[in-house]
Amino acid sequence: MSRQQGILKVIHAVSDLSTDPAPDESLFDSGTLDSFTLPDLVTGLEQEFNVKIPDADLVPERFDTVTKIEAYLDSRTN
Amino acid sequence: MSYLRAFGHHLPPLSVSNDALEKRTGRVAASIEKTSGILERRYAAAEVAVADLGLAAANVCLQNAGLTAKDIGLILFSSGSAERAFPGPASVLAAKLGLTATPAIDIPIASAGSLIAIAFAADLAPRYGNVLVVASEIMSRRISDADPDTAILFGDGAGACIISPDDGFLRIADTALFTDGNYADALQLQHGGSIQMKGLDVIVQASRKIPRAVEDLLKKNYLAPSDVSVYLMHQANLNLIRKVATALKVPEDRFFRNIDRYGNTSSASLLIAASEWRVADPTPPTTPIVLATFGAGFNWGAVLALPA
Repeated sequence: MSRQQGILKVIHAVSDLSTDPAPDESLFDSGTLDSFTLPDLVTGLEQEFNVKIPDADLVPERFDTVTKIEAYLDSRTN
Repeated sequence: MSYLRAFGHHLPPLSVSNDALEKRTGRVAASIEKTSGILERRYAAAEVAVADLGLAAANVCLQNAGLTAKDIGLILFSSGSAERAFPGPASVLAAKLGLTATPAIDIPIASAGSLIAIAFAADLAPRYGNVLVVASEIMSRRISDADPDTAILFGDGAGACIISPDDGFLRIADTALFTDGNYADALQLQHGGSIQMKGLDVIVQASRKIPRAVEDLLKKNYLAPSDVSVYLMHQANLNLIRKVATALKVPEDRFFRNIDRYGNTSSASLLIAASEWRVADPTPPTTPIVLATFGAGFNWGAVLALPA
């Protein structure tokens, strides 16, 4: 499974989304994520990719799109 | 060793419904309930002060404890909504109780203040004797209808407890307190202003930090979240309480909840919830109890209480 597929798997697990969001679609503007689902998304990403995400990194700007999530995970694992 | 000896609380009689707030703020009543779990909240009358609500709660608490004011060795008064910068309501409360030489200390840090006061009281009771912890808030004077996201959340009220060095129904076994000042601007009340809250920061950080604080405290004491029969938590938002329950993998019904009736009464909410829980179940606890909170600062923490 590619990293993007893993991200989509987590997004679907924490939201009611029935279709995959476009890579640069805002997950907050579309209502897919909000203040209550962002922590779930981050916990899901930690488990899916075996990374530790500090609380200080929990800002919407880092997790607003699939592309941004992928870039953030790259920065945590490289 | 310190013990929780009694709780008490007081709510002002005026109830303000979501429909009433809809007329004031434009926020649809149904959305208030959906986003917060709040159905109504209480507002204090114009002539009532923070210390007045605190006094009413303190008197109930003293009566429940079988004590009088002269039995108190120290007062810790939590409020983030006091009328003036100094002196705070602690000294006013002491005077209203007829105490003229008993130390009375303010803890002006809003939501987490009551839990922090309990943690301090647990350490101080062996030195000072019975510690009266009071948390009283008049949040209705610190909101702006121009900010409906915040205005709909808050209510007024007061709670109290006695921490005793030698007698009580729960033993305070351990405490854990935390502060991260990097979020000082995320939830603040400027002098003369109204509450400013970055809701997303608050919810996101609380959702992570509260369960972690509770889990770490329990683990340190060789306990698991499932060993705890009752969680008494700051009543900030019903959805947040549910999220903490999910994170700890314990049933939601172990979390005492009254936010539907009183809204977020800041630091008073923890003690009001604890007092109502105790009224509902006055039998001696036989399993661990956890108190947990989160608020401006950010300050957060947890207290573990075990059957006495």
